[in-house]
Amino acid sequence: MDEDRRLADRALEVVVARLLQGGVLLAATIVTAGSLLFLFRHAGDPTHYRSFHGEPHALRSVHAIVAGALTGDGRAVTQLGLLVLIATPVARVALAGLGFALERDRLYAGVALLVLGLLAFGLSGL
Amino acid sequence: MTTLELTAVVASGSFVAGALGALTGLGGGVVLVPLLVLGLGVDVRYAVGASLVSVIATSSGAAAAYVREGYTNMRIGMLLEIATTTGALAGASLATRVSGAVVAGIFGVVLLWSALVPAPHLHPDAAARPGRLTKWLRLTGTVPELDGERPYAAENVPAGFALMSLAGVLSGLLGIGSGAVKVLAMDRAMKLPFKVSTTTSNFMIGVTAAASAGVYLSRGYVDPVLAAPVTLGVLAGSLLGARFLVRAPTHALRWVFRVVLLALAAEMIRSAWTGRI
Repeated sequence: MDEDRRLADRALEVVVARLLQGGVLLAATIVTAGSLLFLFRHAGDPTHYRSFHGEPHALRSVHAIVAGALTGDGRAVTQLGLLVLIATPVARVALAGLGFALERDRLYAGVALLVLGLLAFGLSGL
Repeated sequence: MTTLELTAVVASGSFVAGALGALTGLGGGVVLVPLLVLGLGVDVRYAVGASLVSVIATSSGAAAAYVREGYTNMRIGMLLEIATTTGALAGASLATRVSGAVVAGIFGVVLLWSALVPAPHLHPDAAARPGRLTKWLRLTGTVPELDGERPYAAENVPAGFALMSLAGVLSGLLGIGSGAVKVLAMDRAMKLPFKVSTTTSNFMIGVTAAASAGVYLSRGYVDPVLAAPVTLGVLAGSLLGARFLVRAPTHALRWVFRVVLLALAAEMIRSAWTGRI
């Protein structure tokens, strides 16, 4: 049983590693595309980061960001890439939780669920 | 400064920060915010937002490699993530309530601490006799060594949990990974093997940052045009830095990095104090 669990843990670790790698790669690709798209049109624009204004609402929620990205707006595409990046560790917790559940490790499936709940609370404003 | 100029400067600065962070093991995120705030006059809130997002990229990128090596303890990491994410949510909500100068001041103090904290040491004779809490939570594991697998068990779990909450608060408030505090909790308090502490700490950083990133994004702190060069630059730098880790003069680099951290800490505290930020 112990040996079985260790093998299962090891398999889970490999899947988790793949997920993290894939998520970061996908996010970096989208962010690069969005930045190029924006720079192509706005390379010469002045910047305005000395004082804080807060981002427009179009770049603050999942719904608005996806809608903007679909119209080809460079900043929205970049922000979508950043959303994918934020989603990567969340997916990792969900996947690990599922793995623990499959191993019938109720304690740690519960722990994963609790962490997911805390993450959902943080992301609920999006 | 035009958008193109800013992108180029921020991307190269972040690249160097990421490479140095990976080479010294001190983490690059901690110099990013001072770089943006002191070097380019970026508002603290934008700087913290961009840095926080980049932390997720470097942590996940490195974790993918570490997890494969088999040192990361996913159960210990997951359990302590309860503490770090709770702390991160509190830290992010605190960040939206205090002024930029306060954030900059606290940042300076944390920089000062990370410049002075000694490198974690090894404790080869850490007892593998788990206490009751450790047994119930199964906070044990083995590390691969030359002469086979060596068992270890976590000690002082409540103290580790408390330190992890603090790490979470700092991460959420300052937009850093606070890997140094996480390693402190696992290496010093919980007496876990060094490799397990560093890789599990790195594994947790992404989840911790994701908890507060949602708050930052919905409050408008994450600007895509600023966050993109920071994230891509740090990610590329840290991946390259990790690749050359074996050949680099780590000891000398650590000293250089410490001096840089000290200087940045002094400048952050001074700017916050005199109200320049």
